[in-house]
Amino acid sequence: MRDVAIVAFAQSNCQRDAGAQNEVELIMPVLTEVFKQTGIKSAQDVDFTCSGSCDYQQGAAFAFVAGVDALGAVPPIKESHVEMDAAWALYEAWLKIQMGHAESALLYGFGKSSPGELPIVLSQQLDPYYLAPLWVDTIAFAAMQARTMLDSGEITEADMAEVVARSRNNALANPHAQLKGDQTAADLLKEATYVSPLRLHDCCPISDGACAMIICTIEKAEEWGKPYAIIKGIDHRIETHHIGSRDLSRSVSTEIAGEAVGVKNGKVDVAELYAPFSHQEIILKKALGLGDDTVINPSGGVLAGNVMMASGLSRIGEVAMRIIRGEITRGVAHATSGPCLQQNLVTVLEAK
Amino acid sequence: MSSSAEILSQAFTLGYTYTRSTGPIVGQFLTSLRARKMVGIKASDGKVLMPPVEFDPVSAAALSEFVDVADCGVVKTWCWVKQPRKAHPSDKPFAWAMILLDGADTPMLHWIDAGDEAAMSTGMRVKVRWAEETKGLMSDINGFVPEAAALLGELKPAASDEQITGMEAPIYLTYNFTAGKATARYLQSMKKGKLVGQRCPNCRNVYIPPRGSCAACGVPTEEEVTLGNKATVESFTIVYIPIPGNPIKPPYVIANLVLDGANLSFLHLLSECKNEDVRIGMRVEALWKPEEEWGYAMENIQYFKPIDEPDVPVDQIGKLIDEGR
Repeated sequence: MRDVAIVAFAQSNCQRDAGAQNEVELIMPVLTEVFKQTGIKSAQDVDFTCSGSCDYQQGAAFAFVAGVDALGAVPPIKESHVEMDAAWALYEAWLKIQMGHAESALLYGFGKSSPGELPIVLSQQLDPYYLAPLWVDTIAFAAMQARTMLDSGEITEADMAEVVARSRNNALANPHAQLKGDQTAADLLKEATYVSPLRLHDCCPISDGACAMIICTIEKAEEWGKPYAIIKGIDHRIETHHIGSRDLSRSVSTEIAGEAVGVKNGKVDVAELYAPFSHQEIILKKALGLGDDTVINPSGGVLAGNVMMASGLSRIGEVAMRIIRGEITRGVAHATSGPCLQQNLVTVLEAK
Repeated sequence: MSSSAEILSQAFTLGYTYTRSTGPIVGQFLTSLRARKMVGIKASDGKVLMPPVEFDPVSAAALSEFVDVADCGVVKTWCWVKQPRKAHPSDKPFAWAMILLDGADTPMLHWIDAGDEAAMSTGMRVKVRWAEETKGLMSDINGFVPEAAALLGELKPAASDEQITGMEAPIYLTYNFTAGKATARYLQSMKKGKLVGQRCPNCRNVYIPPRGSCAACGVPTEEEVTLGNKATVESFTIVYIPIPGNPIKPPYVIANLVLDGANLSFLHLLSECKNEDVRIGMRVEALWKPEEEWGYAMENIQYFKPIDEPDVPVDQIGKLIDEGR
């Protein structure tokens, strides 16, 4: 596998409601920013463009096509889309580069969840015969997953609150974060339950926003003369949709993906983990074999702001930018999709 | 449509009125459910999966051996919903739970009517509360209840015993759609009886309705351009098929129209002429509804009608200079 460079990354603020901003107006500022960082003018200057979004979130059919209006796709560009988090758009572009079909790629993800009732919208991503007709939502599944772990004694409610307190605290230094603060775990535990055993703060907020990234071959990055972080490995795995067959207290797919990309082959300075619910960070930390010498979610993670369909790519961007800024030399980024961490993508990033 | 400062929004419901094919495995499960019986399926390793799936989650082998399981079992995990959402199966507080039915090896998802969170515990025994009428849907189980609860409802026999091969699975999702900034500006102008587009700072093309960007150049558009009521037919079609809910009687003409001074067409109705006289290059003009009927909508223009001006050559459509400005 050839190394691939991340040369630029930008993300919008996570906002509860982006109001009068359509998909183009959400995407355009982050595109402008990554073009500036790379020193290029438009999507015409890369070989491939791929985006991640889901039209169900805002209830606008073909919003992902409308989003192309932000690109300047005249003359026509090579363009693709995944109805997934843009971390998987990165995976598609990474494959293109591996195959020699492209030397550079623009990726972006956007989500406007505010127009709908997101947990109910997400219930419709589940099995259409057995689950979707009951309108069971992902918060409920996450809550049942948390109880499995609480019942077995693997975690305590205090452990979960610690994750939230640290996320909100880390988010104080993140200008894009939606939820930040210096509450202690003890403060948080005083709150009532929401969907028991979860408290509201155990759940990621609902956010609108976008992010964008530019990747390329190492040769292209050198030609552009820009600092970069290197993708040393990227892998994704999925577990069965038959949720009763899964062991919800582990993330087997994350374990396999982490093993495949060699997470343990060196010290992990920073890990950005896409854990939409507090207890899931504990599952992921264990699945990736991360020790206490790894700083987890210095950005605050998605508990501080979760732009569905962009947050996975943003985890990768967060780690890449720390490498580009010279703060760290090796990091891991994780993205997820589906109920109870059903599908997981793991990326190992290193400095040159 | 409501307007607050710059934001225009409108509630709407998206309906996906799907009928799904079940296939033989799901179909058998739903057929049994309608007869108030629970069946699982034997996996490659001999375990009984509940509800049944077509393929083994581990070996991927096709599965076919159904196994009867009980309509009662044990709660493996659960959560408590204090404030049910409108779409939820219960309008009073309830539990979602993974329930391991006696005779099955994997728990299945359903809801429990326990009355109070204090009545719930992991490991408690529950039983199915069958719906009075069964239809071959997951809702044939009207939730589970604690095993000791008395069930009094009358159970009607199933209306049919035919094998189920499909199920109605309508989905309705409600949204509050918000117009983008550029669209909102455009609609606010429409409400005042003005057609206002945006000009690309790069290629100078003018777009109406504007989207806030030039799709060709990929740059934001800010400069607003007020356009007149005259336009040219770029293309058209004659619609002969009645469209449900559409008050306009066919046959009628829908045309791609390019306003003078604009470079991209939009769709609108063309009327006050014989359908067969409509042609590419034809000059037309907007007929606005009475001012008191104006809203935040393109329908403020009732239709476009022909005007007595020479046709525009095809290669010049969309390239006209708006002399009225």
